[in-house]
Amino acid sequence: MKKYTFTEKKDTRSGFGAGLLEAGQRNEKVVALCADLVGSLKMDAFIKAFPERFTQVGIAEANMIGIAAGMTIGGHIPFTGTFANFSTGRVYDQIRQSVAYSNKNVKICASHAGLTLGEDGATHQILEDLGLMKMLPGMTVINPCDYNQTKAATIAIAAHEGPVYLRFGRPVVPIFTAPDQQFEIGKAWMVNEGKDVTIIATGHLVWEAIKAGEILEGMGIDAEIINIHTIKPLDEAAILKSVAKTRCVVTAEEHNRLGGLGDSVAQVLVKNDPVPQEYVAVNDSFGESGTPEQLMKKYGLDDAHIVAAVQKVLQRKGK
Amino acid sequence: MNVQQLSNIAAQVRRDIVRMVHASQSGHPGGSLGCADFFVALYFQIMKRNPGFSMDGIGEDLFFLSNGHISPVFYSTLARAGYFPVEELGTFRKLNSRLQGHPTTHEHLPGIRMASGSLGQGLSVAIGAALSKKLNKDHNLVFSLHGDGELQEGQIWEAAMFAPHNKVDNLIATVDYNGQQIDGPTEKVLSLGNLHAKWEAFGWDVMEMNGNDMESVVKGLEEAKSRTGKGKPVVILMHTNMGQGVDYMMGTHKWHGAAPNDEQLAAALAQLTSTEKDY
Repeated sequence: MKKYTFTEKKDTRSGFGAGLLEAGQRNEKVVALCADLVGSLKMDAFIKAFPERFTQVGIAEANMIGIAAGMTIGGHIPFTGTFANFSTGRVYDQIRQSVAYSNKNVKICASHAGLTLGEDGATHQILEDLGLMKMLPGMTVINPCDYNQTKAATIAIAAHEGPVYLRFGRPVVPIFTAPDQQFEIGKAWMVNEGKDVTIIATGHLVWEAIKAGEILEGMGIDAEIINIHTIKPLDEAAILKSVAKTRCVVTAEEHNRLGGLGDSVAQVLVKNDPVPQEYVAVNDSFGESGTPEQLMKKYGLDDAHIVAAVQKVLQRKGK
Repeated sequence: MNVQQLSNIAAQVRRDIVRMVHASQSGHPGGSLGCADFFVALYFQIMKRNPGFSMDGIGEDLFFLSNGHISPVFYSTLARAGYFPVEELGTFRKLNSRLQGHPTTHEHLPGIRMASGSLGQGLSVAIGAALSKKLNKDHNLVFSLHGDGELQEGQIWEAAMFAPHNKVDNLIATVDYNGQQIDGPTEKVLSLGNLHAKWEAFGWDVMEMNGNDMESVVKGLEEAKSRTGKGKPVVILMHTNMGQGVDYMMGTHKWHGAAPNDEQLAAALAQLTSTEKDY
């Protein structure tokens, strides 16, 4: 039973920009900070509407995280913006001490996550950020799948009290969620109901999972597809309900296979209901330069690799 | 309060410091003793403080300790200023205590608004709080304290560049300029050069004061307050002695992070006389 409708293609970071503007309109305490990447983060509309509530920090990400943490004192809700690598790995200690440990209401918003930054190569890509952020106690970790969902997530995190990591990409990807959706943090979104295999995907890989589901349908395989936009807290109930029916899982993410969504799902399964699981993820390596499409293919993140993983996990389930 | 009353409280804070570090056989007495006059002047005379404690601190002055390892002087001052019972000082660095080795908001200790310990982050935080005050049209001030060794952290200079550019002129940053760090004198470990000229070059209004003379501290902080609101952030290079008040701890890095034994404690307490009461 299909619950998705393809409408058009748009980048998820534009969803962030639109969401930030709306969050700013809804709550005057929302402020934004950026480390010299306003255009990349699509913050222009917010800056135009609320110039006094925007802070240009320059190329100084550590300072940006500290200032954001300080701005929460006085009741502001800071949204920081830079590339995902510089939003997490570069400032891990600042986030750990001044945001997570201090439990400050900072929203760390990261664009150009994963491989699909493309031609800039591995220095500007990051495949470890979900793991880094989900290990921090108290941190909520969100990785939406398309423009509409990123916009809805941005609005939702402004109303959520506590530190949040919001991850999105650069490329233009299909929109298939509703524009007026309710975004509930920690609640999985059932894309497709099926009975043979559960495909759990996050971010850009949700669309690849949908395409894989159509290929599998042609092969007579009925896949259930779940969009996990919130990596932490993870919707364990939705996962366990699905595997109770399908008895096998494929996880799909634009992240290192170590420490990402796949590992979070595996932890739930091994503790509650061990069933075979296959990972669609980057195999513990850095990325490289290339177009997003080329990289998705080379690093095994496209629909064909999801189909292959489903076939493999079905064999294991059959044994 | 007059200078004598403030000095008396500072002596009691110094007694608390050595007793706390002795009791847990762990902690940082040297820098704590050196900054006791500053903390007492700040909390008992200089800062506008509201009754009770609210995290947002709207309508009052705020203080951020960036070099969190001198937590004993911070905790003692907060307790003596009424944020929590002085008896709680006895739990410092012990299991299940709100008085963690380095200050944190995690245990909800009144008076603490930010965790610190990993160095170099506090100036950014203070700037953020100062910006928040401006947005809130709250005309109170933000104070911060940094170790001189801490200035070796790069993030400090990111923040130092930011504040004058953005006219954060409701901020008074203070440097505990004692010339010592864990591994030895700062001039040996990594020299700071001409700190006055460095801050000035970054666009700050720079002051210097003797941090171990109560009259100078009060005057200096009053002077710093009068220089706020003029388009520039203010920084005070506060000359102190590490270990001030306890002869055998003074002027050496050896008591940066070491605890006195029973005899050393007795010798320290004999030098620190106060009309207040020990916890």
